[in-house]
Amino acid sequence: MTVPVSADRIVGAGALLAAILAPFYLSSYWVGTLLTQMLFLGIVAASLIFLSAYGGMVSLAQVAVYGIAGFVLGNATTNGNTKGLNLGWSPWIGIVLGIVIAVAIGLLFGALASRSVGIYFLMITLTYSVIANLFFSQVTDLSGFGGISGIRAPNVIGNVEAHQNRLYYVALVTAFGVYLLLRYLVRTPFGLTLQGVRDDPVRMASLGYNVPLHRTVAFGFASLIAAIGGILFVWWNGHVDPASIDLGATIDVLVIAVLGGLYRLEGAWIGALLFVIVNNYSQRIGFIGDRFHTLIGAIFLAIVLVSPSGMIGLWERALSLFSGRRRGPLDRNPIEVGPAEPSV
Amino acid sequence: MAAVAAQRVKLTALSAHMRLALYAVLILVFVVFPLVWILFLAPTTGTGATTFGSAVHDPKDFLITLLNGIFGLMRVVNMAHGAFFLLGGYIALKLQRQLVGQGSVFGLTSDQVTLVHWLYPVLIGTVIVALIGLLMQQVFLRWNQGQDLRQALITIAISIILADLMLPGYKGLGGGIAQDISWPKTFDKFVNLHVSGIQYTLTRLVILGIAVGIGVSLTVWLKWTRTGMVIRAGVDDRAMVSALGINIQLTFAIAFVVGSALAGLGGVIGGSFASLAPGVDANWLLYSLVVVIIGGMGSLGGAAVGSLLLGLTGNFSAAYLPSNYTYYSIIFTFVLVAVVLAVKPLGLFGRPA
Repeated sequence: MTVPVSADRIVGAGALLAAILAPFYLSSYWVGTLLTQMLFLGIVAASLIFLSAYGGMVSLAQVAVYGIAGFVLGNATTNGNTKGLNLGWSPWIGIVLGIVIAVAIGLLFGALASRSVGIYFLMITLTYSVIANLFFSQVTDLSGFGGISGIRAPNVIGNVEAHQNRLYYVALVTAFGVYLLLRYLVRTPFGLTLQGVRDDPVRMASLGYNVPLHRTVAFGFASLIAAIGGILFVWWNGHVDPASIDLGATIDVLVIAVLGGLYRLEGAWIGALLFVIVNNYSQRIGFIGDRFHTLIGAIFLAIVLVSPSGMIGLWERALSLFSGRRRGPLDRNPIEVGPAEPSV
Repeated sequence: MAAVAAQRVKLTALSAHMRLALYAVLILVFVVFPLVWILFLAPTTGTGATTFGSAVHDPKDFLITLLNGIFGLMRVVNMAHGAFFLLGGYIALKLQRQLVGQGSVFGLTSDQVTLVHWLYPVLIGTVIVALIGLLMQQVFLRWNQGQDLRQALITIAISIILADLMLPGYKGLGGGIAQDISWPKTFDKFVNLHVSGIQYTLTRLVILGIAVGIGVSLTVWLKWTRTGMVIRAGVDDRAMVSALGINIQLTFAIAFVVGSALAGLGGVIGGSFASLAPGVDANWLLYSLVVVIIGGMGSLGGAAVGSLLLGLTGNFSAAYLPSNYTYYSIIFTFVLVAVVLAVKPLGLFGRPA
């Protein structure tokens, strides 16, 4: 393997070790609040980066899917005292149900958008996201404006407030599993075909591959990942309401993915870490105060204008300075590459 | 490429007669029928909001047509449209309050507002938003034309910033309560339409008039004037137009100013008709996205048909659903998008870039 890869590996292993040992040297606030949040936001962002890096689809529906999983879990597992159906089922059934329903809706979303690309795809998925938000705020049977509260994690994790490290480790293992799974997936025949579809859908279609089907399956798979993130979010938060999947939340995940770099999976967690730190500490800076979103918007704008390949891009550029080698896969960055031809 | 060409062949293979017939049916179903329904068949129960008539007399439809200026004009997807809309409304609201100089957190009544008190904010709000749009285009979008996704992300970033900066402003105006721009006394009354004795609010007619006027003038501008032709040509092949010695940057700037002005105007009128509050921009963004997805990018006619369909679907589903399930009507918006996408992935009138 080449030099940049081994440098990547060293840094990656170091980061993983630091994450495993985090509860021993960081305050419980950092671990329980910031890092856990970073992990599940990273999972959702990873589903977006997977779609954009390997499928050429920048989707804004990930937060909608994440929310659907969360709302299903909430409806299935709570009993009494809150909005929703209060079915009171076991948390494990809730997880399975939440993920299955979210993936089913994700497949439907994906199938409908699968024949569109580029900016059109972005618009369609944004529409899904806004509709999901309005749906849960209007349909009081399932949630309503105030949302569902008192959602508990399974007994293995126990009370999230009391045992913050347990949920943290569950999230860490899940995030690492998701990362490995996605890394594996893109090397399978399906993953390779998907990359072919990203680069030249017309040629792939004439070779006999079913382009919309590949896009749909990829979208369904990304929905699975996003749904897992949604489940973790609901456990962590104990509460889910339409505001957790509103336009702002949708854009937050996009910001995270772009901050990290839209073309490498690792970027998801790097972007998420930056995001939660800025989110948490900017309020202490006097002149920013409540205007956190202005700050995030400005950072987002700067990244898109100056360095569209995000933090991962900066890292790769720094590496190539040392090794004097090629710019790496920067040319894959979907922000800088024009859209592929539509395949109708 | 090959697939696109194949589709073109398929389209021309449809005989001219068949296409004409298809358009005739579409127009009949979506334009003539609702008009006839409204004018002659709709129950004439005063101004009841849930009668069938409301499906079309909801001015939202026509506003969206306004909003879609920029989507149609240049194929630049301006995700800041919702924020521009809100900004136009906010400027007008603030200006009107200052002009009239009285009024409480509950706003003004139309008795206090004269025509000038309404027209002046409309004008200023529109102009300021147009200027901001111009600024955004010149500073951020001009140098990366052709990079669709990057442009969309830039406009998203700007909309985050604008929406967040407007928050304290809105809080200051009404303590978080939704506010509306007051109609002038001149418009705020009922008129007799002399059709089955229907009494109709003048404000809605004014909105309808403005929307139709803008739709017609946009069409005329784009179809028959030199600037309009250059815009359309530039959308299809920027390099070629530029090579012919035309100042394409100037033309695009003009188009962007017009588009932003329409968003601002939409905000002022929307704020007069409905109300303005932080977060409302998401709703309006949804409307304009759905309209573009249904109608197809780059088509004014598509925008008109799309907004009509959206309005009809929303209102009919709300009216026909059992009263306990009215709030499920949002699903029908999704169904509408789904059906159109399943049949025509580029929208009803969309064509490949």
